[in-house]
Amino acid sequence: MRKSFGDEVADDLRFVVKSIVGEENFIEMTPNKSNNYCCGGGGGFLQSGHTEARRSYGKIKYDQIISTGADYCITGCHNCHAQVHDLAHHFGGTFNTVHLWTLICLSLGILGPNERTYLGDDLKEVNVFHPETAL
Amino acid sequence: MPENSIKIKGKKKSLFIDKVKEIIPDGGNLNLCLTCGACVSGCPATGLEGMDPRKFLRMASLGMDEELTTTPWVWMCTMCQRCSYVCPMKIDIPQLVFNARAAWPRDQRPKGIRDSCDMAMRNDSNSAMGTAPDDFIFVVQDVLAEYQEAQPEFKDMQAPIDKVGSHFFLNQNSREPVTEPDELVPLWKILHLAGVDWTYGSKGWAAENYCLFLADNDCWEHVTRVSAKQADELGCKVFLNTE
Repeated sequence: MRKSFGDEVADDLRFVVKSIVGEENFIEMTPNKSNNYCCGGGGGFLQSGHTEARRSYGKIKYDQIISTGADYCITGCHNCHAQVHDLAHHFGGTFNTVHLWTLICLSLGILGPNERTYLGDDLKEVNVFHPETAL
Repeated sequence: MPENSIKIKGKKKSLFIDKVKEIIPDGGNLNLCLTCGACVSGCPATGLEGMDPRKFLRMASLGMDEELTTTPWVWMCTMCQRCSYVCPMKIDIPQLVFNARAAWPRDQRPKGIRDSCDMAMRNDSNSAMGTAPDDFIFVVQDVLAEYQEAQPEFKDMQAPIDKVGSHFFLNQNSREPVTEPDELVPLWKILHLAGVDWTYGSKGWAAENYCLFLADNDCWEHVTRVSAKQADELGCKVFLNTE
């Protein structure tokens, strides 16, 4: 999105994220938007078999995330999610990696018990929609 | 002319960089490098395989075609375009990388990417997992029915497939329907509450495009046309790519 439509779209997404989590809970990483670093999940890297190189590439992104001190990292697409999730696991980070849709539904109070795979323990039991349907 | 001057004989070698310049807009500015290194300093792939974006471009300028078209580094650059973004001359290094990928014999390109592309060519789903249209339709309908019942506030929620005249044509990474179908639902809920007029396609529903990453232009064009054709035939106005 940002690559095609520019930083204005990135600003739109920040409006969404801040509306969900509250301005005071949003932490910007540095650098950001068009100056940000690619996580290393795209371009086929995840399927290329070069796992060690992929994690070495992603270490920059991992360090960026860690230096924010954030508990949650929101990723924009499935590829980024898979890569950042793997980076956290590999380098021992304790932050959670979530899709934006998860947090939108959580904030609206419509996130069911089976839609919380990527939430951490701190949010797993918060405001559960139809908790009786847990599997 | 002095007698001891060097005379270059024979035809000029056709260089890889010249071929790439012919096929990308404005020749990708590939001759304009000032060697400033802004690309290198911000590239996460710098140092992998002893390579970096500036070095790659300089090697192209020097005609080191053999090295360029065999280094596995081209599969470690994600073509994120940060190098072009920070480049004072707006040089299109990612396109040079893409075309270097394309120079590899297909059977020597990374197996994981190639297999994913081949899977996408098996049927009209475009899925890197080879999932057939009928399987996708079954999963979507099954999950939708389950949630309509379990969460009655969403009994009217829809997850349309091939809904003619929808405004948005939405695609979906195969991993969600195939390996974690509950992850489909939050997005459906948001679209439902926002009153969005959208549809999936039974054809071209899968969002990932490994034929693009494989730099296999014919297959890439095929899968892209399958998706675009389906969106067009349904009369959709906007193609929403979620990947």
